[in-house]
Amino acid sequence: MISHAFLQDYWWMIISLLAGLLVFLMFVQGGQSFIFSLPRNDLQRKMLVNALGRKWEFTFTTLVTFGGAFFASFPLFYATSFGGAYWVWMAILFSFIIQAVAYEFRSKPSNVFGTRLFDSFLFINGCLGPFLIGVAVATFFTGSDFTLDLFNRVTWGSGWHGLEALLNPVNLLLGLAVLFLARVLGLMYLENSVDDAELGAAIKRALLRNAIPFLVFFLAFVASVMLGKGYMADGVTGAVTMAKYHYLHNLTGSPVTLILFAGGVVLVLVALWLGIARGSGRAIWYAGFGTVPVVMALFFVAGYGETAFYPSSSDMQSSLTLARASSSLFTLKAMMYVSFIIPFVVAYIWYAWRSISRSSITAEEMSGEDHIY
Amino acid sequence: MIENVDLSLVNWSRGQFALTAIYHWLFVPLTLGLSFILAFMETIYVRTGDEVWKKITKFWMTLFGINFAIGVATGIILEFEFGTNWSNYSWFVGDIFGAPLAIEGILAFFLESTFVAVMFFGWNKVSKKFHLASTWLVAIGANLSALWILVANAWMENPVGMVFNPATARNEMNSFLDVVLNPVAVDKFTHTVTSGFVLASVFVIGISSWFLIRRRDEVLAKKSILIAGIFGLVSSLLVAFTGDTSARTIAKVQPVKFAAMEALYEGRSDAGLTVIGVLTDSGERIGEKKVHDMKMKIEVPELLSIMTTGKDEGYVPGIRDLVNGNPERGILSVSEMMERGTHARQVLTDYKMAKEIGDTETMSQLAARIMGSDFTENYFKYFGYSYFEHPWQVIPSVPLIFYSFHIMVGLGFFFILLFILAISFHRRMTLEKNRWFLWTALFSVPLVYLASELGWIVTEMGRQPWIIQNLMPVKVAVSNISAGAVQTTFWLFAILFTALLIAELSIMVKQVKTGPKH
Ligand code: HDD
Ligand code: HEM
Ligand code: HEM
Repeated sequence: MISHAFLQDYWWMIISLLAGLLVFLMFVQGGQSFIFSLPRNDLQRKMLVNALGRKWEFTFTTLVTFGGAFFASFPLFYATSFGGAYWVWMAILFSFIIQAVAYEFRSKPSNVFGTRLFDSFLFINGCLGPFLIGVAVATFFTGSDFTLDLFNRVTWGSGWHGLEALLNPVNLLLGLAVLFLARVLGLMYLENSVDDAELGAAIKRALLRNAIPFLVFFLAFVASVMLGKGYMADGVTGAVTMAKYHYLHNLTGSPVTLILFAGGVVLVLVALWLGIARGSGRAIWYAGFGTVPVVMALFFVAGYGETAFYPSSSDMQSSLTLARASSSLFTLKAMMYVSFIIPFVVAYIWYAWRSISRSSITAEEMSGEDHIY
Repeated sequence: MIENVDLSLVNWSRGQFALTAIYHWLFVPLTLGLSFILAFMETIYVRTGDEVWKKITKFWMTLFGINFAIGVATGIILEFEFGTNWSNYSWFVGDIFGAPLAIEGILAFFLESTFVAVMFFGWNKVSKKFHLASTWLVAIGANLSALWILVANAWMENPVGMVFNPATARNEMNSFLDVVLNPVAVDKFTHTVTSGFVLASVFVIGISSWFLIRRRDEVLAKKSILIAGIFGLVSSLLVAFTGDTSARTIAKVQPVKFAAMEALYEGRSDAGLTVIGVLTDSGERIGEKKVHDMKMKIEVPELLSIMTTGKDEGYVPGIRDLVNGNPERGILSVSEMMERGTHARQVLTDYKMAKEIGDTETMSQLAARIMGSDFTENYFKYFGYSYFEHPWQVIPSVPLIFYSFHIMVGLGFFFILLFILAISFHRRMTLEKNRWFLWTALFSVPLVYLASELGWIVTEMGRQPWIIQNLMPVKVAVSNISAGAVQTTFWLFAILFTALLIAELSIMVKQVKTGPKH
């Protein structure tokens, strides 16, 4: 017999996995953030954009699916966070709307606004997307200012509707860590898929410059979360209290979480070494396989155990736990069957990805007759 | 410009959702239909090996790409708007409504976006067969995207497959199959995708006609007209058929919407189907709503009765019957439904209160009552009516729905004719000679977009004031944010989407003028 609690944990795992994939795939955004700084000329810019442009749909679709999966499995979270932190989510959405058209429109004749503006769209999305998503996820640990009434209707305390999260330094740390991680991943992806000596050299130099802030912000975030207080939810009564080292206990208390975290961190470090010291194109794969488990581990820390994954800092008893926010047993079960398709989806994505990325992007290709952004 | 207009939070939220949905729908139907047209064309190319067909495929594919990008951009916002602007709704029904949305992402969007990449970038990288398969998968993926969202939308029109759970104070799904096989969902999906096929066919014929008017790229134009003509004819017949079944289903599940579509105020036993009519203000009122008289009416006698009931003397209720009730016909008045709904809400509130104070005895008594069939069938069914102050509030805007519906249907029959003409002129090789036809086809392009948008106006405005038929009025669904915030995002969306639309149109026109690459 599959219990409701099991399915809640199962769906939290799927959400965590989607979040991990999303962060990895934000190499597209990271790459976009270099659109004005890395290329020396228009041709190099074109190569950069086209290398990223073959993948942007995956990131976008993962974001959409992440939202849909959250809606179906934890609708109270969906309603509370999206309806409350209105401005943060709107800002994120705007940055993705402008991205979606920018690739297709940037170099088409008669595009009204000019290549430069669409390239700025890519730049804005490249910076704001990862940063704001990082800030929003950080509130899973730091809490937000909301209350829920008897009928679970949300009232947001701050008139800034989510933007107040930018005032919390811990949130900023994660936002910046995700931004620089995306930039590092973007560089590694470009190293792997663009065949151009000059661009390659520039990528290598930039990698070191971005890896350092990433590591600093990431470590600072992890340290402040692990060493600070966490939102503990009593397993029986559901009462939420602040507990010292709560997240640290969640991390060290579960071997799976700990292994995912430590293993992932090691892989990312290997990737950095490969990319910086060796200039190896394979770095992106190590970084990818490292990023996904680290993000998953952080989500596990925020959601599993006796923890409120979407805490309210102003009215602690309004905090959301997995049990409180979840869909009914029936829906979660139906959705579980659907989730069995995911490996199949991943397999065909992998296959299609390989089949069009077998060869690197070269300067000649940019003048060919194919679909060029 | 807006300072002195006092529009409430609800209205701004509705406006924002309508705006973004209407924009999304400018791009989606073309994707639904053109993806199949591309698949047909490429199949011919692969089978015959004729390079001309490859060139044709690639030309339309360029237009597809431009349209697709902006379709995706406008879609993401809709999904998140359920949370940002309709958070009470999302919580109340997330259990049921969220599932199709999630399935859509997992099942359809990935299929579509993965193989779109192969379709665009794969020409010289993968085998011909794999490329063709990718094009087909894009078409299937796009239409699967439509399936799940329409299942969700149909559920709002006719909520099925659920029970109310007093413990969580919301609806929970108890049959996934009922949700998917909802009769409204079946009609909606078949009608909507076939209408997308019609739209794309008219689009292809219209642009091809322009080439013929300009006497250029004639091979491409004629071959395209043939493909689109056949596909369009089949689809337009299906559109008419599925439109008819949709209307029948609505007559059952949303009788007020149905009466509004026909501007029928007084119920009749031998109701005729209005083909053309003009509405005028009769001076009468139901509550605060105007009553409209029909002038200059052309009507097919008894057809409406036959269509809805299968009998020529079948009774079709009018808006007055539905609002004031008609005991003879077994129609409950809205004020009665309001009382029953209020009772249902009272019971649920009592339950909540008992739970708050831990009165388990009252709780279990009430729970038994709530789960009983008397309560679900005679009271809970009208839950949403408890939110109204006046019975007339259930009446949507009759002229808007009446005209939208009739223009859509009229255009539907016009397109059938258009496709027949296209095919027969093509067969007789007289397309170029009939320049009037070419111009008509070109000017049909905006008309088909109009028909398509009007269909949604009928659907969505016709179900007002409900967000979920009989369960939840729009006004209680809205997020608790300031009207000013929504107003700001409304204008941001209006400006951004309009700017992007202008760029899209300009790029499209330029690509059409440039024509296929040689
Ligand atoms: C090219 C576009 C197009 C054309 C020519 C038609 N329709 Fe349509 N119609 C749509 C495009 C559309 C749509 C946009 O796809 C809608 C909106 C929601 C839906 O289910 O389909 C729609 C809705 C819609 C509805 C309301 C469904 C609801 O409220 O759920 C009815 C009753 C009809 N249609 C009936 C018809 C009939 C009898 C037609 C005669 C030929 C027709 N339509 C032509
Ligand atoms: C209001 C409800 C709707 C929501 C929430 C919604 C959501 C979305 C989202 C998030 C995307 C982007 C997917 C991606 O990343 O590739 C999208 C695209 C798409 N949607 Fe919608 N959509 C809605 C209405 C509709 C309707 C009514 C249809 C069809 C009947 C439809 C069909 C499509 C298709 C075919 C695409 C692919 C992109 C395109 O061709 O324009 N959507 N939608
Ligand atoms: C893409 C095609 C669609 C178009 C053009 C469209 C159009 C509209 C319009 C004009 C309104 C405004 C009605 C009002 O005055 O409140 C509206 C409202 C709404 N529609 Fe749609 N609609 C579409 C598809 C959908 C789908 C597929 C869903 C759900 C899955 C949906 C859900 C809603 C909701 C939640 C509202 C706001 C609440 C309300 O006003 O009832 N729509 N839509």
